[in-house]
Order: sequence, then C-alpha cells, then structure tokens
Amino acid sequence: MARRDSTNMLLQQIGIHAILLLYTLIAIFPIFLVIINSVKSRRAIFGAPLELPNAVNWDTVGYETVFKRASFDQYFVNSFIVTIGTLILILVAGTMAAHALAEYRFRGNTLMGLYLAIGIMIPIRLGTVSILQLVVNLRLVDTLTALVLVYTAQGLPLAVFVLSQFMRQVPRELKDAARVDGASEYRIYWMILPLIRPALGTVLAINMIPIWNDLWFPLILAPSEKTKTVTLGAQQFLGQFVNDWNAVLASLTLATLPVVVLYILFSRQLIRGLTAGAVK
Amino acid sequence: MNPFTPKKPGKSFPVHIVVFLAPAVLIYTLFMIYPLVDTMRLSLYAPTDTNSVAFVGIQNYQMLLNDPLWSPRLWGALKNNLVFFTIHMLVQNPVGLLLAALLGSRFVRGRAIYRTLMFTPTVLSVVLVGFIWRLILSPLWGISDGFFNFFGVDNQPWLGLSETALPTLSLISVWQYVGIPMMLFLAALIGIPDELIEAARVDGATGWDVFWRIKFPLILPTVGIVGVLTFVGNFNAFDLVYAAQGALAGPNFSTDLLATFFYRTFFGYQLQLGNPTMGATIAGVMFIIVLAGVLIYLFGWQRRLLDLQL
Repeated sequence: MARRDSTNMLLQQIGIHAILLLYTLIAIFPIFLVIINSVKSRRAIFGAPLELPNAVNWDTVGYETVFKRASFDQYFVNSFIVTIGTLILILVAGTMAAHALAEYRFRGNTLMGLYLAIGIMIPIRLGTVSILQLVVNLRLVDTLTALVLVYTAQGLPLAVFVLSQFMRQVPRELKDAARVDGASEYRIYWMILPLIRPALGTVLAINMIPIWNDLWFPLILAPSEKTKTVTLGAQQFLGQFVNDWNAVLASLTLATLPVVVLYILFSRQLIRGLTAGAVK
Repeated sequence: MNPFTPKKPGKSFPVHIVVFLAPAVLIYTLFMIYPLVDTMRLSLYAPTDTNSVAFVGIQNYQMLLNDPLWSPRLWGALKNNLVFFTIHMLVQNPVGLLLAALLGSRFVRGRAIYRTLMFTPTVLSVVLVGFIWRLILSPLWGISDGFFNFFGVDNQPWLGLSETALPTLSLISVWQYVGIPMMLFLAALIGIPDELIEAARVDGATGWDVFWRIKFPLILPTVGIVGVLTFVGNFNAFDLVYAAQGALAGPNFSTDLLATFFYRTFFGYQLQLGNPTMGATIAGVMFIIVLAGVLIYLFGWQRRLLDLQL
C-alpha cells in the first residue's frame, strides 16, 4: 500500500514536471531563438536557425545597421525618463492622496475614494481624442512631459487604492503619539512612508512594465524622433527594415534583452508586488 | 472618540487635507476624467463647414450603426473583438489555471524558476512579441515547418490569410499574457489554508476532488477578477494588431479590433484624414461595452459571491 502510494506520487511528480517543462519551453523558446539568431550571418539564419552562434556563423552586421540607422540610445534615455518620472510622480501624489483618504474623516471622503477609483477599470485610452486636444492646447505635443502626465493619471487610481489599504493598517497610536509631541500633519505623513514600503514596491511593480511597453500614447502624443520611446522606436524601425533580417533580429534583441535581464534580476519583488496588488 | 483625529471641517479649515489631495486629484481630473467626459461630449457633435463643430445628438451613433460606410467596419471589429475575447477566455484562462494548479501543488520543486520563466513573455512589449511571432511564423524563414509537419498540417502564412489571421493573433496574445491569470490564480491557491485540504485528504478525497470541490470554489473571487481583467484588456487591445498587421488590420480587415478601428478613424491613416468626432463616437461605443462588462462583474458576480458567503 505504502509502496504503491509512493510510486503514484513519483509518477504524479514526473507528470507535473513534464507539463511545466513543456510550457516553460513554449514560453522561452521564441525569445531564445531571436536572440541566438541576432548574432548570426544571414546564410546561417536561414540555413540553420536552430544552431547556436559559433565562430563560423558569427556576424554582427545587424547590430551595425541598427546603430547606424536608428538612435536607440536616445530612445532608451527617453523611455527611462518617462518611466522614472511617472513612477516618482505616482508615488508622491499617490501616497499623499492615499494618506488623506486613510487618515482623515472629512465630508466626502468616501465619495472622493470612489471618484479616484473610477479609473481602475475604465481605460484612459477611451479619452484619447480629448487628451490629444488637451496636449495640443497645452503645447505639450512631442514632449516627454505629456507622456508622464498621462501615465500618471492612468496609474494613480490603482496606486491610491492599494496605498490607502496599507495605510489604514498603520497603528493609530503611533500617529497620535506623534501628534502629542507636536508633529504637524505633514510630518506625520512623512513618518508613515517608511512603514508602507511593501505597498510602495507593489505600486512600482504594477506600473513599471505597462508604461515602458506602451505603444499607443507615444504613437499619438510624442512620435517625433527626439521624443520616441524604445517601444515606438523599435516598432518603426522594424516596420522599415522588415526585409533586413539581421537588422530586425538585432533590434528585437536590443529592445528585449535589457527588459528580460532586469526582469530576471527583480522577478521576485515584481511578482510579489503584482500579486499583492491584484489580490487586494 | 479619539481627541487627536481631526473630525469635521468647521472650526479650522483643514488645509492639509486639501494639500494632500490636490496633486493627485488635479492630474487625474485633468488627464483622465476630463478627457473621458469631453470625449463622450464630442461624440454628440459633428464638424461643420465653418471649421467648428455643432451638436447633432446621437446622429453619429446612428451613422456608425446604419451607414453602409461605417457599419460593416463597426460590426466587423465588434465580431473580431468577441472572437479575440472568447479565445482568451477558452485558452488563456484555463491554461493559466492549470499551470497555477500544478505550480501550487505540494512538493513541486523549482516552483520559483518555472514561475519566473513562464512569466517572461508577459513583461515584453507587445510590439516585440508581434514581430517575434511574425518571424517565427514566416514561411520565408520556415522555422515552424517542422512543427506543423509533425502534426500533419501544412505550414501556411497563418498571419496572412484572412481565415487564420485572427485566431493566430489571439493565440499569440494568449502566449504573451497567460502569465497574468497564472500568477493571480497561484496567489489565490497558495492563500487557501492547509487545514482545509488536509481535512479533505484524510476523508479520502483525491487530488482532482480536492481541486474542484474545495480549491476552485474558494478562488471564485479571483476567477471573477481574471474574467473582468481579460474583458477590459481585450476590448482595448491595439498594440499587437498594429505591430503585426499594421493600422489597416489586414488581411482585408480580418484582424480589425475596436481599438484599431478607433485609431484609424480619429487619427487618420495613409491619405485618410482623422475624424475626431467619429473617433469619439467609437470611443463612446467602447466605453459602453467596457462599462457593461465592469457592471456585470460588480453586480452580477461579486454580489452573488457575497450572497453565497452569507
């Protein structure tokens, strides 16, 4: 009986691992294929696509084309500025608003919470026609500022929701003790921030990737050469060089690899952040 | 009551509350709420000869539904979007659930590694995913020949034929996003107390029984969240079609979704000029669809779950 159980267990384990391995392969293989072929000669790309790069098939002509024809370094800087700028703004404005909602009982508190929550489910894209007009009127077309403001508006609703949930759990005695000591309300807000560090991580995790990867708003609000983000730059470059396989594979790798490396490094925090935010 | 908590505005105006709320409320109102409301308003206007717009009531909506130039595109995009959504519900979410169930079962080693690798496509830009698959499925490269031949199917330009392009794109999107339901289901499954499952096992329940009779009912709230996220995400999907098939959502509009239709209409493409008011009208239709989905979720699904718990 016990022996049969353990054989069953073993078979079950093998079955589980087989399915998981198979799916892992499905998830990873296409990316792997692009990366290995990006450093191979055209002949090897077509002749032996599955072969790993080696001394014979090695060729970096694709990368040379990419660096000559497109300013990916500039696109990276733009994407960094937009992503970092937005994240800072979301954290600052989001924690402040969440603090107000979680800490003070004022008339309209619930209503304000609901108002800010509308944006969790309604996609900001549906307002694009008017966003474009607004950005034109503010003379912000083809600026990174426009993207930062739009992404901040997009990220704030969920950020405020998650942050205020966490802030409500900060013990009241702590804040009241500070008030007895004569701390101002601003000082108390500042004091709470380090206590909700996990929530800050969650907010960063939820917002980072969608901002970096967005195509819609860069395409509509900031398509100029000097404000292009990596996603838009890659899209346009790929469209132009669609028949130059070396260049296409190289630019795909250039745009993919940094994200994948960063993701692997921070996957633990990121995944924890994503699930914490969604389950709340 | 606590004497230190400022209770009601009155004696002294609570300036600090206003200061705390101001930045978020201003940015959110100006760049999200105002544009949404203004877009809905614009959908009731039409351009006039004098370069301004005039109120026309629901005429734009009638045109979109009935005009022979507009209505085939609208119904086509709507139908395609439904197919897109259905494929996600039938493939992405069940596969996500299966992977989560396997990852969540006890004694599975290397859970973190599997999870990290399987989630990788989700962090990539849709643009890159679209191109990666365009290359892999390209008959020119022929790398997928062996795979299809193995299953006895002739390789075809899957993205180039109007019958297969939409299902293919949907499956590419499933490939990319299956990580999200997987993570959400996994988080929910891990949260189930061990005692519950132990108790059932002692009573002789099999793994299959335990999953469907105990675990699945307990993660129903997550099933609802996954459903509504899929719905809202799918009815806004744009990037993949634009990256893989272009703004015209070819071949012959067979991959046209509401968002690509919206983009072409309001922003223009090739020689066609943009039409902001008709664009706003399509956004209005999308808004109604998304709102309907969210309301069904909030009042149909969540309310029912609350009733069950009581």
